[in-house]
Amino acid sequence: MKDNLKEILFNIIVLLIAFFIALFLGSIILLIAGVNPLVAYQAMIIRPFSSIYGLSEALVRSIPLMMVGIGISIAFRSKMINIGGEGQIQLGAVAAGATALAIPGIPKVIAIPLVILAGFTVGGIWGGIAGWMKAKLSVNEVLSTVMLNYIAFQIYLYLIRGPLIDPSELAWGTGVPQTARMPDSTIFARLIQGQRIHSGIFLAIIIAILVYFLLWRTTFGFRLRAVGEEPKAANYAGVKVDKYLILAMVLSGGMAGIAGSIEVIGVHHRVLEGLSANYGFSGIVVALFGRLHPIGVIPASFFFGLLLIGAEMMQRAVNIPSALVISIQGLVILAVVSSNLILENPKYRKKFLGFFLKN
Amino acid sequence: MGKIKSMEMVNITKKFPGVIANDNVNLKVESGEILALLGENGAGKTTLMNILYGLYHPNSGKILINDREIKINSPQTALELGIGMVHQHFMLVPSLTVTENVALGIKFKHKFSMDLDKVAKKIKLLSDQHNLNIEPELSISDLSVGERQKVEIIKALYFNANILVLDEPTAALTPQETDNLIKWLRSVIKEGMGVIFITHKLNEVMEVSDRVEVLRNGKNVFSTQTSKTNIDQLARNMAGREVKLATAKRKNKFGETIIELEDVWAKNERGLDALRGINLKIRKGEIMGIAGVSGNGQKELAEALTGLQKIYKGDIKFKGESIANKSVQSIIDRGMGFVPEDRLHMGTVPGFKVKENLILKDYLRRPFSKIFLLDRSYINEYCKSTVDEYNVKCPNINTPTHALSGGNIQKVILSRELKRKPDALIASYPIRGVDIAAVQYIHEKLLDARDNEMAILLITEELDELFNLSDRIAVIYEGKILDVIETAEADKSKLGLLMAGVKED
Amino acid sequence: MAISDIFNLALRILTVAVAVSAPYLFAGIGEMFSQKSGVLNLGVEGIMMLGAFVAFYFSWAYDSILLGIILALLVGALMGLLMAFVSITLKAKQGISGIGLYMFGWGVAGTLFRLFVGGVEDITGLPDLNIKFLNEIPVLGELLFSHNILVYLAFLLVPLSWYVLYKTPWGLKVRAVGSTPRAADTMGINVKKIRYQCVILGSMLAALGGAYLSVAQANMFANDLVAGRGFIAIALVYFGRWKPFGILKGAMLFSVANGFQRWFQISDINFPYEVTVIFPYLLIIIVLALSHEKFAEPTALTVPYDREFKG
Repeated sequence: MKDNLKEILFNIIVLLIAFFIALFLGSIILLIAGVNPLVAYQAMIIRPFSSIYGLSEALVRSIPLMMVGIGISIAFRSKMINIGGEGQIQLGAVAAGATALAIPGIPKVIAIPLVILAGFTVGGIWGGIAGWMKAKLSVNEVLSTVMLNYIAFQIYLYLIRGPLIDPSELAWGTGVPQTARMPDSTIFARLIQGQRIHSGIFLAIIIAILVYFLLWRTTFGFRLRAVGEEPKAANYAGVKVDKYLILAMVLSGGMAGIAGSIEVIGVHHRVLEGLSANYGFSGIVVALFGRLHPIGVIPASFFFGLLLIGAEMMQRAVNIPSALVISIQGLVILAVVSSNLILENPKYRKKFLGFFLKN
Repeated sequence: MGKIKSMEMVNITKKFPGVIANDNVNLKVESGEILALLGENGAGKTTLMNILYGLYHPNSGKILINDREIKINSPQTALELGIGMVHQHFMLVPSLTVTENVALGIKFKHKFSMDLDKVAKKIKLLSDQHNLNIEPELSISDLSVGERQKVEIIKALYFNANILVLDEPTAALTPQETDNLIKWLRSVIKEGMGVIFITHKLNEVMEVSDRVEVLRNGKNVFSTQTSKTNIDQLARNMAGREVKLATAKRKNKFGETIIELEDVWAKNERGLDALRGINLKIRKGEIMGIAGVSGNGQKELAEALTGLQKIYKGDIKFKGESIANKSVQSIIDRGMGFVPEDRLHMGTVPGFKVKENLILKDYLRRPFSKIFLLDRSYINEYCKSTVDEYNVKCPNINTPTHALSGGNIQKVILSRELKRKPDALIASYPIRGVDIAAVQYIHEKLLDARDNEMAILLITEELDELFNLSDRIAVIYEGKILDVIETAEADKSKLGLLMAGVKED
Repeated sequence: MAISDIFNLALRILTVAVAVSAPYLFAGIGEMFSQKSGVLNLGVEGIMMLGAFVAFYFSWAYDSILLGIILALLVGALMGLLMAFVSITLKAKQGISGIGLYMFGWGVAGTLFRLFVGGVEDITGLPDLNIKFLNEIPVLGELLFSHNILVYLAFLLVPLSWYVLYKTPWGLKVRAVGSTPRAADTMGINVKKIRYQCVILGSMLAALGGAYLSVAQANMFANDLVAGRGFIAIALVYFGRWKPFGILKGAMLFSVANGFQRWFQISDINFPYEVTVIFPYLLIIIVLALSHEKFAEPTALTVPYDREFKG
């Protein structure tokens, strides 16, 4: 137990150092833009804590981050780099929305699981395409998932501008690309009056715990992890490696699909433009920060939820575009993957610790 | 030639994490002689030569050329000094031509062009001079192993090597090619070349060298002139006496044939034939040892038996049923166990906990799991008792497996395989790199299994292990079983000859 | 349609395709160098975005396209240095570090664009070099001689990079390092140095490709200017089997197909607009599915080199 805690502490420290390096490099950009980095970062990091609004919005964002983060973790553990989160979220959202609109009278207890399942299935298929292409055709999954993102986006737009558009948009002639409002029987209840945080957060945490169980307590998860860690040994042990590589991508896409579904029935109550909000990319950062572990992804998603709302608050305070947060996330990715050398290789870990202990 | 009169390595020590590869090793070679550097796999020969070639830096010790100390910091330096090396695994870029491979080491005057024709001409000249028969425009990937080795030699000659180091040069050569190489070596030393010939083949040492230096476990153990020694003495020094291996009690009664290979042909990863018509029968309750130099088809043989390698001709029968090209899972289910050569990337998932690797093949069945849920308490109990029973040294059963020593990882694999009570077990190089105590334990366990009617195929390069454990020994050479002999009637020198492909009729 | 109409259409499509291939050639050949040396740089998209912005900004604010291009090249070199440091020295996993670089470039370009430019601004881009007399040749005139200078540069890059890779000592080293770095090391070649050089070169070319988009093609900058071209360029490297002329073939085929699709879009046939936007990406997926050939791939691609690694 004590060793485990030491290990976790070491990981947290290294990750935080990586994060601060990223912030430091980001401050160079801010300086180029003529902004005081300290003011900007203060707005970004402190402000969210100063109001119920800030905390609620952080939690709202943490939900899709958590789902995508878990999905990416599953894929990464199978050595699959899933960049298709955006497309998987969008198609999952549209599937969920269409399903919800089709079942207005059904009791909530059945409706919500059905809607979530629809999102999971479609997102899973979208991810599975890339998984299949990698397993059977050796196609680089980064390239295929990126292409699938662009394709999914157009399908998404087509559907919400066309067949799924809110009839009242057409009637009023406003033509805003969005679906009709979801039936009440399919919506996650709001938790706090006047804030957007909704009961979907409980579902998200439950899913995180379920995924943990799936991966570490079931025979399925055992096989999935074996294939991800060492395909040669998994093959030796009789596991069908190709099948599990594809399944990893299906699960990964499915989780993103769930993220999309939750955004539809929990936050916006419609399917509309901008729903995916780059969660497909932020989710990657969350997964890395959570060390690819579903339980680790939970606090990581809260952390980045705060970061995202902080970025928006920073935009209002010091007029820095929230696009900056994407570049900081990119730097965080670079910093975290660079730190792998220290986190995983005993030789470099000793060097790193030695360097710090001397000072 | 003529730059180097003598080269001496003095008190060289080289450590890697967890192992001392070279422990105060001394070596001297002079121009005009061939020195054989003899030792088993892992004795430290290649490490020592990599230090000479500037690829590794020694922790301590020095290198003298013509009695002057010099530092060899990189292969560049070694090349310039006149040290040429023909590596065991050729240092050639397969997608480039012979000329291009040689050109990699040339410092061209202009950055914008290179006169490859000039290089090619010189290569042709050297090839003709030394009867090597190499066409410079050919791509390395089109050349046979023997031809590639000649390219390595030409590289060394092109850069005016004065000391030529050959690392296990005959490992993948035909007898004919071996003869030609030896003939060439004896002629080139007359021109002033000094040669270091690394090998573990005893008959070659006697045939080719002027002096012998024997290494064992990273240390010098024996040094002599070849004329003053013989194969038996060399063999004894090479293998050493400190391993007191368990010995099989001679048996006369064996069970029925349980594994049968009939004219099995298989291609390796590169598409070349690795198994060329294997015929072999293994009986219940016997240990069949497979003797042979690594690379003669052992890997493919083991993998064909366990479903990891496809065969395209012939059949494999297990317990009377054909298992050729069946799935890995079905062969596991039929009762075939496998302790593979690659213990860290095949035999275990290195990142998995010890307990997870212990159940790597059992997790699907009761009582390890019910339907799809793993029964954690049963697994913990089972693994704890297994670890105790087999004396696996680990902090606890949740330790990641890669943190264990080689011997203990092997115990994890062996205990897993044996506790499943397979009808047959394939054990590939089971004691390679394993400490003495673990070796003894592993051998005892194998013998116990054999006494309980398990059929065991033991693939190894250690002659002692073969003699002590096997009931019969089959020698594999270039994908064929050359001969199967009763251990009681075998002796080391005869076996050594068979392993080198020499079959007396 | 009359034969002459079809002919003219084909010519038009081909002419446009020549110009549109340029950014793919720059980014693709750049990535080819990087991958040939063994480093996978998936950040090309972000580098192109940043290169596009920098070139645009200095053309717009200082009225000098040349300055814009030079600074874009500089920024490309810096991005390449970052990628090289992370991938080669710190040995980070190359697939994901590339995505980090992509997000970084994307975020910086977007941020600086909002801050310093604000909205959509036009610039007069690079002029077409309408070479007198030559561009009046029927058929070939417009096809070959009416483009801007960067287009010619892009096409010149193809035989030039072929020569560098296959006929110079440095190119030989690159090919060795990406295939069997251990062999190169034993011949005295500095594996890390060669890889650094290739990654930085590749990055500079990618930035140039981005610059082309803003100062020579669209004559403006927007957040969705690059729209996946960086990733498409990488796919074309696979399609072209890591050879310059193969990449040229891929870029031209892709651009022609795209041009064809665009004509389709404005013709009378009734397809939803979104379907036509999907076309290039779908085409790339098909291209990827058809071009998996393990033996053409540089053997050491994505594997960091460690001399003392005993395997």
